[in-house]
Amino acid sequence: MNDYQYDNLTVKGFITSSIFWGVVGILAGIWISIQMWSPSLNVPPYFTFGRLRVVHTNILAFGLVLGSLMGTFYYITMRLTRRPLLLPKLARLTLYLFNAAIALATVTLLLGMTQSLEYAELEWPLDVGVVILWVLFSVNILGTVIKRKEEQMYISLWYIIATLITIAVIYIINNLSIPAGLFKSYHLFAGVNSANIEWWYGHNAVGSELTMAVLAIFYYFLPKSTGMPIYSHRLSIIAFWSLVFTYLWTGAHHLVYTPLPDWIQTLGIAFTVFLIAPSWGSVVNGFYTVGADWSKMRTHYLTKFFILGITFYGLQTVQGPTQGLRVVSQLIHYTDWVPGHVHMGTMGWDALVIVAAIYYIIPQIYKTEIYSIKIANTHFYLVLIGQLIFSVTMWFTGIQQGAMWKALNPDGTLKYTFMETLVKNYPFWKMRTLGGIIFTVGMLFFIYNIYMTIRRGKELIASGAQEVA
Amino acid sequence: MMKGELYRRPILFAIVATLAVLVGSIVTAIYPIFTEQMHPKLEALKPFTALQLAGRDIYQREGCVNCHTQTVRPLKTEVQRYGEYSKAGEFAYDHPFLWGSKRTGPDLARIGGKYPDAWHYRHFEDPASFFAESNMPAYAWLKDERLVPSSVEAHMKALSFPYKNEEIAALSVKSELDALVSYMQVIGTSVAKRPVAATTHVEVAEESHLQNPFAGDAQAIASGKMIYADNCAVCHDDDAEGDIGPDLTDDVFLYAEGDLPDNDYFEIINNGTTAGIVEEGRRAKGGMPAYKDVLSKDAIWSVIAYIRSLQEKK
Repeated sequence: MNDYQYDNLTVKGFITSSIFWGVVGILAGIWISIQMWSPSLNVPPYFTFGRLRVVHTNILAFGLVLGSLMGTFYYITMRLTRRPLLLPKLARLTLYLFNAAIALATVTLLLGMTQSLEYAELEWPLDVGVVILWVLFSVNILGTVIKRKEEQMYISLWYIIATLITIAVIYIINNLSIPAGLFKSYHLFAGVNSANIEWWYGHNAVGSELTMAVLAIFYYFLPKSTGMPIYSHRLSIIAFWSLVFTYLWTGAHHLVYTPLPDWIQTLGIAFTVFLIAPSWGSVVNGFYTVGADWSKMRTHYLTKFFILGITFYGLQTVQGPTQGLRVVSQLIHYTDWVPGHVHMGTMGWDALVIVAAIYYIIPQIYKTEIYSIKIANTHFYLVLIGQLIFSVTMWFTGIQQGAMWKALNPDGTLKYTFMETLVKNYPFWKMRTLGGIIFTVGMLFFIYNIYMTIRRGKELIASGAQEVA
Repeated sequence: MMKGELYRRPILFAIVATLAVLVGSIVTAIYPIFTEQMHPKLEALKPFTALQLAGRDIYQREGCVNCHTQTVRPLKTEVQRYGEYSKAGEFAYDHPFLWGSKRTGPDLARIGGKYPDAWHYRHFEDPASFFAESNMPAYAWLKDERLVPSSVEAHMKALSFPYKNEEIAALSVKSELDALVSYMQVIGTSVAKRPVAATTHVEVAEESHLQNPFAGDAQAIASGKMIYADNCAVCHDDDAEGDIGPDLTDDVFLYAEGDLPDNDYFEIINNGTTAGIVEEGRRAKGGMPAYKDVLSKDAIWSVIAYIRSLQEKK
């Protein structure tokens, strides 16, 4: 067994693990979406909305997305450095640590052990584990890059390095806490500081894990799978540096009209608007890359995953800054508009690009073709429709809710009680569940397709028809 | 730069990237920690008591923050709906902040003192008994969970909050629901409530000359009955003979013998009560929520007409 093969097993391990956690996280998502309109589906103490919602967000952000990122980062790094991983056995260890961490995360969150910091809910012993895991992972990736056999570092490696650094910085600082027992801690920061640090983290967890990291994947797999080179290297450089510089200023747009000092809010909003530029740098680069031959959208099944993915990234990065503006924030903040926004990014941009990468990697590892392009196309249209139903219904009900909260009678009294605004969400929340189910069915097509590809690949290898390189 | 050294030297690249990431982080997140304006504290703000902190721990554990915010924005309708907008100095003991990001349920920044304890107990046990279409899960099971005094003490120590040993010992007979209600009642109370008595004076001064325009009106009594059932019955009971709130059909008003005229009823329903306000020489205990932003004037007068009709039947 040579090094490459060993490393490929680790990559595959991350991909299959992340798909498993993806199923858990998505099912939790459907469950909580039904709890929103049918509270009888709360099963205390472990399966109430308050506990399950963080299982949904954590397991998808860290189980599905982070897991597949670690796998694809290993895969990309080996190929862009033209060498096996520096420490293949350590890479295998990170796979076990990763799965242990996500399993423990699921259990502890269901038990109600939480720091109450969005996307940083895990209690301190798990945080220590996550930091160790991240350091081991980073050492292996950076070490491999330093010992590379290809002189020039390609764009994807820039984004990978930036992701490693950003996650380390924000994760460690936001998780500084005062332990009060093995399963309980309090944020080191209080009140306005606690809020400011948390949203600096919260926004940049999205900025690194769901943006920079996914751009690393996009820049590698789009040209690889379509055979078309990236349109502009110079644009990549400008977009990269302005993105990594700008992102970290913007967290306070989550705290508009809170007691956070105005200057921090305003600075956050201003940089958020500027963030459109670097985001669209990558959008333009993606479009012009495929623009060299648009027939690829028809002839090569993965192209549309990348193009629709980068399109939703483009929409997301205009909608996001718009929401940051005070005049928009005061209407839509705290409403269902926001989950609509988040899910366009995750179900539209991240999920499409990540599954496309997996569609590319698995046949490569097994030296075979994808099991069925037809099933992949069915998967594509189902997740697209599911995501659009999700986002659009949430935007409708979010605006309605925001407007009803503000509506006044002619005599100056409030027009609606809170309950009257709540019940108006019910039809939209039901439609959202439907969208989620359609999306899930699409993902089942994807899983079946990957499973069959792996099975066929194994058969080919067993029959000696193919040699695994 | 395109063919530049930077993209051939990973260590240098990593250093430059780290610097790029750190600039915004330091200016917007790290530097403010060391400034005065990020450490305000209102004079009336006190650290949490052991029971309140235990309640806050439960609020955290159950993920209440996923559906409820605790920050009122300085917007007209928001202040109208919830009360005084949030101040930075209210949160000096909040490790972590619990402002939240989504209002599936209403904001709770001014929930402290808004309803009597009994209201909260019943609402936590069965939210649908108050609002049939509420989607809040029931938390009746918290009644049967005992607090663990030693762990609450460890939490108080971790946060350096002052406490007495008797306070910790007293926790052993408390349920988790007791703690949660105790926390509810302290949220947002370091900010002075808008002086309800004063607004009463101004707002209702003109009303006070008014008689109930719907007194004895059969149609208004019928609609008042429905409004009563939706808004009042849960505390004053279906027959208005009192439960969480007092009996409305007897001859006692604000804990003193002798009924008062309709305009005083209007004032109480419109403005609510806070503990200690004095109305016609009678001292309120607090707990009656204000309905000025929930019910129109006509609706309030209709309810009063309905209550009068019940009194007449007696």
